[in-house]
Amino acid sequence: MKNKKSNRRPLRLIVQLLWAVITNSYLTGFFQGKIYQGNLKNICVPGLNCSSCPGAVGSCPIGSIQAVLSGRKYKLALYAGGFVLMFGALVGRLVCGWLCPFGLVQEIMHLLPPKKKLKTFRGDRQLRWLKFAVLFVLVVLLTLISHEPMFCKWLCPAGTLEAGIPLVALNEQLQSLVGGLYIHKVVILVLLLVLSVFIYRPFCRYLCPLGAIYSLLNPLSLYRYSINKHSCVNCGACTRACPMACSPVENPNSMECIRCGKCVDVCPTDSIKTGFVLRPSPADTSDENTAQEN
Amino acid sequence: MQKIKTSAKCAAARVRSLAVRVPAWALLCSLAAVMLLTGALRGEAGIQLAKAIRVCLECIGIG
Repeated sequence: MKNKKSNRRPLRLIVQLLWAVITNSYLTGFFQGKIYQGNLKNICVPGLNCSSCPGAVGSCPIGSIQAVLSGRKYKLALYAGGFVLMFGALVGRLVCGWLCPFGLVQEIMHLLPPKKKLKTFRGDRQLRWLKFAVLFVLVVLLTLISHEPMFCKWLCPAGTLEAGIPLVALNEQLQSLVGGLYIHKVVILVLLLVLSVFIYRPFCRYLCPLGAIYSLLNPLSLYRYSINKHSCVNCGACTRACPMACSPVENPNSMECIRCGKCVDVCPTDSIKTGFVLRPSPADTSDENTAQEN
Repeated sequence: MQKIKTSAKCAAARVRSLAVRVPAWALLCSLAAVMLLTGALRGEAGIQLAKAIRVCLECIGIG
């Protein structure tokens, strides 16, 4: 049995907050209603962080993919796609759990009462495929056809929260241009934030195209979870603790796992191991399940 | 006997999984590097920068 209780939650919260501050550290932008225009924006940040956020010092990967696809020159976004593939191959959906500012906002909303939350419901599993439709239809297909960043324009709540609201609040010129599209985006943001109170990270679960890409790479990423089936007592504590409604015992590297580590914290026998491993140790027997989705 | 059989089954599945996962991971990393380099060489970084340093009206719900 485990003799020392581990708790990753404070560490994760610190990392999430620190990363949000570091990647949005152009503080002048928040006071002047302007955005950072330096060369650091050549680099994509791993999480969903709008490039038009007054504090953003890096580029949003989804925004960058759409910037290339909406131009008439290229049909493939290799540069931003390369960044996403690199992050995904290294850490998979650890990005969602530890480095995404909009994920942090949803988690904070989830801390609000009522205490009783909706962990899963009928149709939850099916709805999770919606994020792939958002990726292929809004981010790729409609952007290529219309030459406009369709995901950013019609859906992205991170853009509304991080850029739309602060910029419009600080800029009188933009205030005079507010219309139906702005209201539409604010309504989507409010709906998702209210939903976050009851469901853990609804945007990440059902709609995030970046999460969709990382979820495809999660089973293959270098950072992974493994279960020691010899010491696992099948108590089900990890499954009950998982906020994304995954079953770590059946599939420790599920497409939906955001690597929050709650399962590791609650395991009474310390059977869940995490780390950067290409070849798991022979004792970590359940790593072969990684190719299957639970 | 049953335990040995299960262990052997697990080990075999693990080897099968590694046989796929290790080359797949190496392929992914190589692909990411090639994509980054090709994208940078054909000027996508410039397109990205040009978009990111201006306020994106679509992103903020204006345009």
